[in-house]
Amino acid sequence: MERQNKLWTFVRYLSLLVGVFVVFFPIYSVVIGAFKTQVEYYQSGMRLPENWFNFDNFRRVFKVGKLGLGFKNISIILVVSVAGNIVLGTMVAYALGRFDFKLRKPIMGMYLVAQVIPMITTQVATFSVIKFLGAYNEIYAPMLLYLGADVLQIVIYLQFVNSIPKDLDESAMIEGASLFKIYRSIIFPLLAPATATLIIMKTISIYNDFYTPYLYMPSQKLRVVSTAIYSFVGPNAAQINVISAGILIIFIPTVVLFLFLQRYIFAGVTNGAVK
Amino acid sequence: MFKLSYKAQRLLILFGFLTIPVLLSLTFSYYPALSLLYYSFTDWSGLGWDMNWVGFDNYKEIFTRPEIFSVFKNNAYYFVGGLLQTAIALYFAVVLTSKLKGRNGFRALLFLPYVLHSVAIVIMFKNVYHAEYGSLNLFLDAIGLGSWQQEWLGNPNIVNFSLAFISLWKYFGLSMVIFIGALQSIPADLYEAAKIDGASGWQSFRFITIPSIRSVIELMMILTLTGALEAFDIPYIMMLGANGTATFVSKTVDMAFKFQQAGLASAMAVVLLLIVLVFIVIQRKLLFREGK
Repeated sequence: MERQNKLWTFVRYLSLLVGVFVVFFPIYSVVIGAFKTQVEYYQSGMRLPENWFNFDNFRRVFKVGKLGLGFKNISIILVVSVAGNIVLGTMVAYALGRFDFKLRKPIMGMYLVAQVIPMITTQVATFSVIKFLGAYNEIYAPMLLYLGADVLQIVIYLQFVNSIPKDLDESAMIEGASLFKIYRSIIFPLLAPATATLIIMKTISIYNDFYTPYLYMPSQKLRVVSTAIYSFVGPNAAQINVISAGILIIFIPTVVLFLFLQRYIFAGVTNGAVK
Repeated sequence: MFKLSYKAQRLLILFGFLTIPVLLSLTFSYYPALSLLYYSFTDWSGLGWDMNWVGFDNYKEIFTRPEIFSVFKNNAYYFVGGLLQTAIALYFAVVLTSKLKGRNGFRALLFLPYVLHSVAIVIMFKNVYHAEYGSLNLFLDAIGLGSWQQEWLGNPNIVNFSLAFISLWKYFGLSMVIFIGALQSIPADLYEAAKIDGASGWQSFRFITIPSIRSVIELMMILTLTGALEAFDIPYIMMLGANGTATFVSKTVDMAFKFQQAGLASAMAVVLLLIVLVFIVIQRKLLFREGK
């Protein structure tokens, strides 16, 4: 029994190390590649770069790949979409969670069914809607789509709203607070933990999204990070070492988010699964 | 400041808080889904608004043109990869919920790929798989397995495995964290009771763990299946669907936006939507069977 336990412990650690190796092998290749010169890249194989302070590739990728523009555009889209999402999501959750009215059930059902429609399959038709609204090749196109699409957050918010005791609302009403004030000063602040999780999850998913900006904003001026790095492949591809630098830069924002806000991300992932 | 009665306020709140979200949902979920259905019966090119009703012609084309329906076999690679991913994720979840030093650290390290930028990941793997300078072949050579070197993206027999692996690499940490959440909700005294009864580690896994998280396993299977059916960005970004790597969605996107056959593409999307819905209904049925 004792020996079996030791063996199992050994197997566990060994498998974890293999897992970590598989995860980090490609990342390691990118990190070393990003600091190598072109000649060095092709000659040195997997060895560490000669000069860790060789930032040429990073400078090149910002200039050639227009990464700065990509970061600027995605930041604008993120701020508007995430803020809008939070405001709309909390409002819907408050209205559906606190009031009983005729359309309550149909609206809930509408959200649940919409969740089942895979967005990627309906793009052909969504495309014509966006064109009709005149948002095609405008920065509003992804904003509108990110605002309208997500339903999961309403489910998460609803759970939170239901867990806030109704006594709080009632005592505020006795003191003469308006319903809007109850939403703003009681409900919205108490949803903060869910909001933190949703901000992070939304940010990661919008930052990572490829097909929305690719389909709806082909204009050069409206490049976001996804479409900027996409142009690295294909006929006008840059050198691999420069591309590596680009990949590394693009990885950094979400990794930083993850390192500091792990707790919220894990909460979001587990909540999302049990919807 | 004048005061409205609570009844009037209630009406105002309901109207003010729900109108925009409901309109957004109707405009970007329901209207597209319905108009998709309509377009699928037309010969619409996707440019302009001219279209003619063609009945079921598009659907006939999907099922009779072998190069359209047969791309589903490429989706199968992602499904197999997804099954493997679920198994690996469950294994690591069990390991990381057992008594172990540094398990939070390992959990974070294994989860990391999920937060990395999806397009950048694909391009990263493009470099890793490079036949001559890619780190994978260099590594195999360095550890004396030079004979295992492959043209990971060039060999049509291998390329789909290489692509499906990227999906596994990216998402297994996510499945693992979901499993960990499920495992932690199993009451510990179940295991203690089993231990007193002399159950081995494998027996408690088989008879306590698996039944307790069955609904999560089922959910993962459905997500794997629908995820595989909807596989798109990896083959599209990496290969533009070349070398026999097109999936059903990448074919649909090409059909609509490259070949200007939006009517046919709509029909393809409807077919996919129906298949996905069937699986989701099956999953709901499975859940209800357990009385949840």
